[in-house]
Amino acid sequence: MIPAVFEYYRPKDMAGVLSLLEEHGDDARVMAGGHSLIPLMKLRMADVPHLIDLQDVGGLSGIDIGSDSIRIGAMVTQSDIIDHAGLASAAPILREAALQIADPQVRYMGTVGGNVANGDPGNDMPGLMQCLNATFAVIGPDGERDIPAREFYEAAYMTAREDEEVLTAVTIPLPRGGYAYEKQKRKIGDYATAAAAVQIVRDGDTCASASIAMTNLSDTPIYSEEAGTALVGTSVDDAALKAAATAMLGDIDPTEDNRGPVAFKNHVAGVILRRAIERAWSRA
Amino acid sequence: MSKKMHIKLNVNGKDEEFLAEPRELLIYTLRERLNITGPHIGCDTSHCGACTVTINGKSVKSCTMFAAQADGAEITTIEGIGGADELHPLQTAFKEHHGLQCGFCTPGMITRATKLLEENPDPTEEEIRFGMAGNICRCTGYQNIVKSIRAAAAEMNAAKEAAE
Ligand SMILES: Cc1cc2nc3c(=O)[nH]c(=O)nc-3n(C[C@H](O)[C@H](O)[C@H](O)COP(=O)(O)OP(=O)(O)OC[C@H]3O[C@@H](n4cnc5c(N)ncnc54)[C@H](O)[C@@H]3O)c2cc1C
Ligand code: FES
Ligand code: FES
Repeated sequence: MIPAVFEYYRPKDMAGVLSLLEEHGDDARVMAGGHSLIPLMKLRMADVPHLIDLQDVGGLSGIDIGSDSIRIGAMVTQSDIIDHAGLASAAPILREAALQIADPQVRYMGTVGGNVANGDPGNDMPGLMQCLNATFAVIGPDGERDIPAREFYEAAYMTAREDEEVLTAVTIPLPRGGYAYEKQKRKIGDYATAAAAVQIVRDGDTCASASIAMTNLSDTPIYSEEAGTALVGTSVDDAALKAAATAMLGDIDPTEDNRGPVAFKNHVAGVILRRAIERAWSRA
Repeated sequence: MSKKMHIKLNVNGKDEEFLAEPRELLIYTLRERLNITGPHIGCDTSHCGACTVTINGKSVKSCTMFAAQADGAEITTIEGIGGADELHPLQTAFKEHHGLQCGFCTPGMITRATKLLEENPDPTEEEIRFGMAGNICRCTGYQNIVKSIRAAAAEMNAAKEAAE
C-alpha cells in the first residue's frame, strides 16, 4: 500500500511548524511517531497533502518530575516511559499502561503526544490521562493554552485542539495511592476490548478518593466520576465494587464491532473494572 | 507527483544517496531501490514484523516509516547482521534449533532479537515472548524461536565471558 502524494517538511523549531500549519490550513498535519497516521495514509483513510514531521523540533522530549507534578513532552515515546526509572516510581501506572500498548517495535515510535492527540477511542493514553487528571499544553498562532484531559475529547477523532495547534506536553499532578491499568485485548498488540485506569487513595480501612476512566467503550474515553464516588467512604467491599461497576456502566456507551456485541463489552468492562479496582486497592 | 527529496542513509555500513518521493516507504527503498531483500513485506499493515530493521538503535517496522523520515539514519538489516560465510550466533541457533520453517518471518525475527539481546542479554522465556511480540510467525508455533533465542543468548554470554 502506498499513500497518496504529499509534501514532506521537517522543521527545526516550533515557529517553523506553526507557520507551515498556518500556510496550509486543513491540508497540513503534524506527524510524531507516525504509527497511527502512516497506516491511515497507506489505507488512504487520511489525506495529508502537507506532512510536517516533528522529529527535529527541540524541547518536546523531556520528562520532568517536580514536587507536585510531572511534565512529559509530546515526543516522549512509549518505550521512553517504560525505561524511565524516575517515572516508574513517581507514577507507576504510566509504565503499567505503556507496557500494554501495541508491541515493542510500535512502542519505540509511538509518542505520548500522538497517542493523546489522535482521538482514536482505542488509544490507551487518553483514558489514562483522564484518570490522572492530566492537562494538555497546546501552542498555536494565538499562543499557548492548557486543556484538561477530561474536557479534551469530543467524539472519535474530534478533540478540543484546533487544527493549527500543536500539543507540546502533558502535565499530571503527582499521583497518590494505589494504581492499576487493566486491559482486555484479543491478542498482544491489540487495542482494548475494554480497559480501566484506576487510582485510589486509602485512609485506614476506607477509600478516601478514587479516580476511574475507561477506554474503547464509547467514541471517547470515559472518565466516570460516579464510579469513583461509589467507592469513597467504603472499605471497597463487594457492595462497593458492584456499585462502582453499575455507575461505570451507566456512563459508557459501547457499540458492536469485531471485538464483540454490546452485551459482551458491558460484561468485559465490568470484569476489567473490578480487577483494576481490586489491584489498585491492594496497592493503596 | 510531489517534489523528490534528496535522501541519505547508511545501510549496513554503506552510505546510500538517492532522490525519492516523500511517500516512498522505507521497506520499498530497501527492497526495490537498494536490492536489500532480507526485510520482507508480510502484512503491510504494521502488524507482522517481517519488515523489521534497526534504525538508530531501535527496532522499527520499515513498512511504517517513510524513507524521508529516516534521512540521515543508520540502518541495519539482516544482511548487516551476518552472512553465509559468517553466521551471527542467532542465525546459527535458529538453524540448529529449528527456529524457522518457511523462513519468511526469520529476517525480522532475528533482526528484532539482536536488539532484544542487546537490551536484555539473558532474557527469561517470558521476557523473550514479550520482547518478540511484534513479530508473527505462521509456521513454528514460536516454541523453537524462543529456544533459539535462549540458545543464542547463552552462546553469546559464554563467548563474552571467555573474552574477559
Ligand atoms: C500494530 C499497532 C498496534 C497498536 N496498538 C495500540 C494499543 O494497543 N494502544 C494504543 O494506545 N495505541 C496503539 N497503537 C497506536 C500507537 O500507540 C501510536 O503510535 C499512537 O497512537 C500515536 O502515536 P504516534 O506518535 O505514532 O502519532 P502519529 O501517528 O504521528 O500521529 C497520530 C495523530 O496525532 C496527531 N499528532 C501527533 N502528534 C501531535 C502533536 N504533538 N500535536 C498535535 N497533534 C499531533 C497527528 O497529526 C495524527 O493525526 C498501535 C499501533 C500499531 C501500528
Ligand atoms: S510488513 Fe511491516 S509489519 Fe508486516
Ligand atoms: S517460519 Fe514461516 S512464518 Fe515463521
